[in-house]
Amino acid sequence: MNEAAWAVGRVSGFVALFLFTGSVLLGIASRSGRPVFGLPRFSVTLLHRNVALLGTVFLALHVGTLLLDPLARLNPIDLLVPFLGAFRPFWQGLGTVALDLVLAVVITAFLRHRIGQRAFKAAHWFTYVAWPVALAHAVGNGTNGTDKLFLVSAAASVAAVAGAVLWRLSPTFLETARARQSLAGEERPR
Amino acid sequence: MTTPSAALRNVHPVPPPAGAARLFLAGSRAGYSQHLQAYGSIDVGAVAPGFLDVVEASGLTGRGGAAFASWRKMAAAAQAGGRGLFSARPVVIANGAEGEPLSHKDAALLAHAPHVVLDGVLVAAAALQTSHAYIYVTAETMPSVQSALAERTDARHIRPVEADDTFISGEASAVVNKIQGGPSLPLDKLRRLSDAGLRGRPTLVLNVETLAHIGLLARFGVDWFRSVGTARDPGTRLVTVAGAGTDQVLEVPGDASLHGILRSSGIHPEELSAVLVGGYHGRWVRPLDYRLSPAGSPETLVRPGVGVIYVLSPDQCGLAVTAQITEYLAGQSARQCGPCMFGLRAMADVLNRLADGERDPRLVAELERLGRIVSGRGSCHHPDGTVRMVSSALETFSDDVREHLIGRCTRIQRGTR
Amino acid sequence: MTGSLHIDWTRCDGRGLCTELLATLLTRDDWGYPISRRGDGIRGEVPIAPGHEEAAREAVILCPKLALTLRPPAKSS
Repeated sequence: MNEAAWAVGRVSGFVALFLFTGSVLLGIASRSGRPVFGLPRFSVTLLHRNVALLGTVFLALHVGTLLLDPLARLNPIDLLVPFLGAFRPFWQGLGTVALDLVLAVVITAFLRHRIGQRAFKAAHWFTYVAWPVALAHAVGNGTNGTDKLFLVSAAASVAAVAGAVLWRLSPTFLETARARQSLAGEERPR
Repeated sequence: MTTPSAALRNVHPVPPPAGAARLFLAGSRAGYSQHLQAYGSIDVGAVAPGFLDVVEASGLTGRGGAAFASWRKMAAAAQAGGRGLFSARPVVIANGAEGEPLSHKDAALLAHAPHVVLDGVLVAAAALQTSHAYIYVTAETMPSVQSALAERTDARHIRPVEADDTFISGEASAVVNKIQGGPSLPLDKLRRLSDAGLRGRPTLVLNVETLAHIGLLARFGVDWFRSVGTARDPGTRLVTVAGAGTDQVLEVPGDASLHGILRSSGIHPEELSAVLVGGYHGRWVRPLDYRLSPAGSPETLVRPGVGVIYVLSPDQCGLAVTAQITEYLAGQSARQCGPCMFGLRAMADVLNRLADGERDPRLVAELERLGRIVSGRGSCHHPDGTVRMVSSALETFSDDVREHLIGRCTRIQRGTR
Repeated sequence: MTGSLHIDWTRCDGRGLCTELLATLLTRDDWGYPISRRGDGIRGEVPIAPGHEEAAREAVILCPKLALTLRPPAKSS
């Protein structure tokens, strides 16, 4: 039983990270306001949302099973307060940070229509912190975190997200009215 | 139901003014004592909600542009105020922003007859059973309004707010936005201002001239109000006649003839080629056998809008002037709503090409197409009004359009463009 | 009559999600903003044809600028 919980806890952590990587990439794609890979814009947005939610489910599984697992020696307090853990407290603390940031992002996303675009966007910026922190947590805390295969895939993820962020920062990234307007050579006073 | 005249129990020892001169009777820069001398005192406390019936019977329409029935606006705000668990007291806002560059009538009214306006604010607030009132005016007229407020004791609660000097600062929701601390830009109209306006309160925004008429109506009654003008357009209105060397504010009877107004401002019909009636969101007309009234057939009448009558002299090219005005209006877009932000710019560009004599017959169709996709697609009427003005120009200056498309302008040789 | 889709033009940025979801009702104008295909929908009130309610709801939820609201059938305005 414990073996199973341990295995589920580890695997679900990897799956969650994998899904969040996909969600970050899809999120950046949907922010661009363009259809991506032949998918219409609303599909990109829906996919981004659903992949993120699935990632959250696996994150819950990851945290839940390890909470039940005596081997992991995880306290409920570790879910909220980082760096108090018994085993590799620093690396586990990063997991706590990522978890709390993900919760903030998910909850504000659900409440977007209520709290408004501004608060939603502000919270959504947390993903740019949560994702690298989660990755560091996986490398530093995971039993197989330093395996060659995992390191290679982590490096690939970093490359993909970094590439997407660079695209995000490029001047031609946004396909919005303001961008269309500046193409028309106009200045928008603000 | 009270009969209209029963709501009026105001003592007025001064006989009601006869003729079409009503608003400026107290003279130039009239203080409170001159005001009382000319109009007598008014017992605002006697104004009850039944006064709305008086306004309805008077047939008064808004003088800020849309010419909406004033009593309907008042009744909507009054009803919204009485509805619901926490019945919020309505707010009355006197709008004197007058963003139209050619219009001076509100400025003239606030400079010379501020107390007539303040009376109207007090009466409207009393009819809505509220004491929340604002007067929203430009920096230019603010000193006159402030000194008028200081002159009397019954208007201390009317709060003056300064309007920005932009074309759309007087749009009703922009007024509300500015007073509640935002920018003076229009708001989305998911809910009407009369239901939820200033900080969620039922809000009545009336033009200062409309309120001035309401103040006099409370004094002198419906029969007096309707004794000037016609059944479809009773009362008087202020107009600004501008262009062709003229720039003056006149008080004219409702349903007045355009010809007559121009004549009384010293303009001879042969001295002009066309007139733009109603301001920059108005309508170009030619010839002049129109009457100025908000209701009736567009064949015989032209809507007064904000009351600007702009005279185009024969040496001016109507298309060039229309292009300049559209250029201005595009620049005055609040740049909040995409179709307005891009569409007015695009229309101005096409008009400029037409005015400059580009010989492309598709220009007119392109203007009409742009008009169709811009109109009605914004949170305020700025795009619609602009499209209306441009399409009236295409109609009125159709000869000039033809000439321009074959590379001639009948006006350019004679001077301006 | 199944109500209408209110477009808050002050928020709309022409991102185009609603025009994809409601492709039979909406298209994009010269600048990318949603425009009713039938030429109705004055002042950003686009009538929702029967059968499009679900897509309209989806559009409201997914609009990246929160510019859409569903309005019940109007009594009269």
